[in-house]
Amino acid sequence: MALSEKRYAKTHEWAAREGELIVVGVSEFAVEQLNREIVFVELPPPGKVVSAGQSFGTVEAVKTAADLYAPVSGVVEEVNAQVLDDPNFLAQDPEGAGWLIKVRPNAHEEWNSLLSEQDYRDFLKQEGHH
Amino acid sequence: MASDFGKADVPTLFEESVEGRVGVSLFEEDENTDSLLENVVPQCFRRSLPLGLPELSELQVMRHFIRLSNRTLGVDTTFYPLGSCTMKYNPKVNELTAADERFLYTHPFQPQRTLQGILKICFELCQWLGELTGLRGVSLQPAAGAHGEFTALLIAKAYFRERGESQRTQVLVPDTAHGTNPASAARCGFVPVAIKSKNGKVDLDELQRHIGEKTACLMITNPNTLGLFEDAICEISHRVHEAGGLVYLDGANFNAMVGRVRPSDFGADLMHINLHKTFSVPHGSGGPGAGPICVREELAKYLPVPILSCRDGFYYLEYDRPHSVGRVRSFLGNIPNVVRAYTYIAQLGYEGLCEVSGFAVLHANYLLHLLSSSFDVPYGARCMHEFVIDGSRQKKFGVKALDIAKKLLDYGYHPPTTYFPLIVPEALMVEPTETENKETLESFANAMIEISNIAETHPEEITDAPRTTPVSRLDELSAARNPVVVWPNV
Amino acid sequence: MRNNPFIQTTELQEQEMLAAIGARSLDELFSEQIPPSLLTSEAGSLPSPCGELELVRRLKDLASQCKSATDVVSFLGGGCYDHFIPAAVDHIANRSEFLTAYTPYQPEASQGALQAFFEYQTLMARLYAMDVSNASLYDGASALGEAVFLALSVHPDRKRVILPFTLHPHYREVVRSYVQHLDVEVVEIEHRGGVTDCEKLKEVAANEAAAVVSVQPNFFGCLEDVDAFSDAARRANAVFIAVADPLSLGLLKPPGEYGADVAVGEGQPLGLRTYLGGESLGIFTCRWDYLRRMPGRLVGLTRDREGKRGYVLTLQTREQHIRREKATSNICTNHAHNALRATIFLSLVGPQGLRAIARKCARNLALFKSWIASESADAVAFRQPAFRETVIRLNTNANVVCEKLLERGFFAGIPLEILGPAYEDLLLVAVTEKRTDAEIKSFVKALREFLA
Repeated sequence: MALSEKRYAKTHEWAAREGELIVVGVSEFAVEQLNREIVFVELPPPGKVVSAGQSFGTVEAVKTAADLYAPVSGVVEEVNAQVLDDPNFLAQDPEGAGWLIKVRPNAHEEWNSLLSEQDYRDFLKQEGHH
Repeated sequence: MASDFGKADVPTLFEESVEGRVGVSLFEEDENTDSLLENVVPQCFRRSLPLGLPELSELQVMRHFIRLSNRTLGVDTTFYPLGSCTMKYNPKVNELTAADERFLYTHPFQPQRTLQGILKICFELCQWLGELTGLRGVSLQPAAGAHGEFTALLIAKAYFRERGESQRTQVLVPDTAHGTNPASAARCGFVPVAIKSKNGKVDLDELQRHIGEKTACLMITNPNTLGLFEDAICEISHRVHEAGGLVYLDGANFNAMVGRVRPSDFGADLMHINLHKTFSVPHGSGGPGAGPICVREELAKYLPVPILSCRDGFYYLEYDRPHSVGRVRSFLGNIPNVVRAYTYIAQLGYEGLCEVSGFAVLHANYLLHLLSSSFDVPYGARCMHEFVIDGSRQKKFGVKALDIAKKLLDYGYHPPTTYFPLIVPEALMVEPTETENKETLESFANAMIEISNIAETHPEEITDAPRTTPVSRLDELSAARNPVVVWPNV
Repeated sequence: MRNNPFIQTTELQEQEMLAAIGARSLDELFSEQIPPSLLTSEAGSLPSPCGELELVRRLKDLASQCKSATDVVSFLGGGCYDHFIPAAVDHIANRSEFLTAYTPYQPEASQGALQAFFEYQTLMARLYAMDVSNASLYDGASALGEAVFLALSVHPDRKRVILPFTLHPHYREVVRSYVQHLDVEVVEIEHRGGVTDCEKLKEVAANEAAAVVSVQPNFFGCLEDVDAFSDAARRANAVFIAVADPLSLGLLKPPGEYGADVAVGEGQPLGLRTYLGGESLGIFTCRWDYLRRMPGRLVGLTRDREGKRGYVLTLQTREQHIRREKATSNICTNHAHNALRATIFLSLVGPQGLRAIARKCARNLALFKSWIASESADAVAFRQPAFRETVIRLNTNANVVCEKLLERGFFAGIPLEILGPAYEDLLLVAVTEKRTDAEIKSFVKALREFLA
């Protein structure tokens, strides 16, 4: 199924609608910050409840580890097994084949408080990244 | 199969193994062994899997490890200005005294009257550490700095529990702190709260915002990891105490002030000491160190059991301490290191210790001065025993702090600590220690300046380094992605 | 001239450096940066400087106020053993490159130490028959503490940890200290005749245990039914932590053979001295699945830019300097140099040597037990299979007997009063491979009048 436009969180996760589900991943920018040296990804199992703004997993590079924060609340429906198996999928294509989880959202208004692609770019600029 | 792991200069013990070879002559097995073993260790308790240990001659083992030692840099090899690690020279007389057979083969369960000499050493070291810190309750039990932090925080926890203040769940940790501090706090069930610094020191306003009835402890490193003495420390401690909290001092940087400042005077209630930093115990490629803790008298009742006591000239271990947090390890502590540290203090005396801090600070300032024209100096021209320079100027040419560190290896130096503290982007943290000489400081500075110059003109020469070490830069990415942490069994 | 061999800076150089940085004196460097009220120059009880000659004399004098296993025939054990150490161990371990290096943060300059620790990890994994080992922890007791933390992280909703009473009392105390601030219940299973009551164990473990801990051999030297521990843990889906003595594994079944998830131990018997219990080595091994939950340093194999083999510290995101409060442990420094000694020791003794030492210990114990039994059948407190150590029942307080035996040149053992008043007539005796038949015989003779 086709993805909707992407929305972003200030903690560098993206979200996109796919039918009733929301696909969640990490932004290109964030992966670039980790030098694309991702060694390990930890994700919640399907069925787990995640809440917006709370950590739901981690991404590890060689010498950094970053928490992943859920952009929306809901129940994990699917996990990208490919990424768990080979973190290179995340390193190479974070906003495509390297998606992380699909969530059945339970608070639809959260979507609206996420940043649009343009707002996210502006936010990065403000933070001093170009 | 070995070739899967690349060409090796020194094969592993397992590759060198040849069936049937022995490295030590043992004893003839007595004829009655089998029959005696039948009852004491019946077959069902015995190992069926092979041991998988290598079979090597003594000469093979010697050559193997001597070659490995040649591929290891120590303080005895070269200048080692690793910031916050206090890589000072380790006096050899300490090794001699600590290797006395009558210490080596003492046993913790011997009758105490047969242990008077070594117990006296332990007792006196406690007294000396108490004198130097002004915190007179001392335990030698913690095995390392982090272990000392953990133990001291257990004490804080017990103290608040007894006062009925279990709501004190937060530990304030300045953002310049070692990562160990928040990790130890979390280990003890506290919630670490980061305090942002301002101009390299604790920001009092920021501190004030976070202090309150939930505050259990402030964990502070002083001088901090930028090498700056927190000059508002008395005010900081006062505010923490006013709010009912305790002040924990991370003693990693005690070398900067040993003999000259007693932490109790600036309000520290508990601290750990790294005997392997300030008191010249060798680091051993990563331990064993020793992390004794010193606490204020009113907290002493919580110290781990046993503690050392003396009555009428008889030294003994005291176990009956109902408020104690309990043991944090077996037996008494890393005793060989206690003997080394004792020897060190006994040799230098109080005057010598004041020279230690004096020259540690002088050397750091002199080296900072030599480097300040070629590198960014984010926090001013004065420092205590260590300082941080910023490689951002060199980064513009594509040379990162890590590259500078690797290039230093080609000059024969061990590099400074890199990328710490986290608040300086291209941090190089330099601690020359008191035991180096002016000539070394100057040649090191010249190497750094030369690297900085090459960075401008031929950055690839730096990013390509090291070229003179046994291996060139290693692929840490695949090591972490596909970990191979044991040699495979054939 | 300065009478301090560890300050090389001459007075002239001191003046030159001070001039260069624009300071008048060392003291000024301090008073510029530190509030004057904090500066002190009081020596208090600290000593005056002492020359090396006098220093060595003083320390020798203190050493002469100690007795040790070099002057007295020792039957002391209890987690700290007098085993044979080949001469080459000291010779190699004292190489100052190993001794004076820091943790191998710069791998290119530390290939030697890193390779040695990689070899250590391999030796421990093989000895314990486990998938992986870290590069060492502080000691056996704190390694168990760390293993319990690991189990609690695997089962965050479970609140019970099951220990056998027959575990070394220091290990039990350390586990209690380590979890005292958590909402965790530590349950100790009593023993019957020197070994754990396995019926009781099954019953207790079934109830929401996060960890079940076994020990082999136990504190009394007795051999436990480790399979029963394994079953109990498996049934409760708890993390099964096996505490095992590494030297005994030359003869006894290793934790990997009885299903341990995590196996820990005290490495002191592998080439380390008894040193008042202060030369310790925490062994920590586990199944592959727990690799990323493991505490402590870990060395991994990799290649350099030319494809040459090399070693690095790996999976560092587990560690405190990166993960801060989310680290698997707060440990940074480990016991690397003690791990090096164990590595050298095992390289020298090899499989034949380790097996021979373990068999000799067991044989000597069997001999001792049979001689004691022939003196007095009641004196052998527990008739279980055992390794290296056993409990003797006396006709009086064991402390009294130890004092008497010391006069005859023996460290007789450990009075078990430390376990409680009910144990006051029991003595824990260790018989290592170093004891000769003649020593054992004269010890039995000396004990004769005190046997129950």
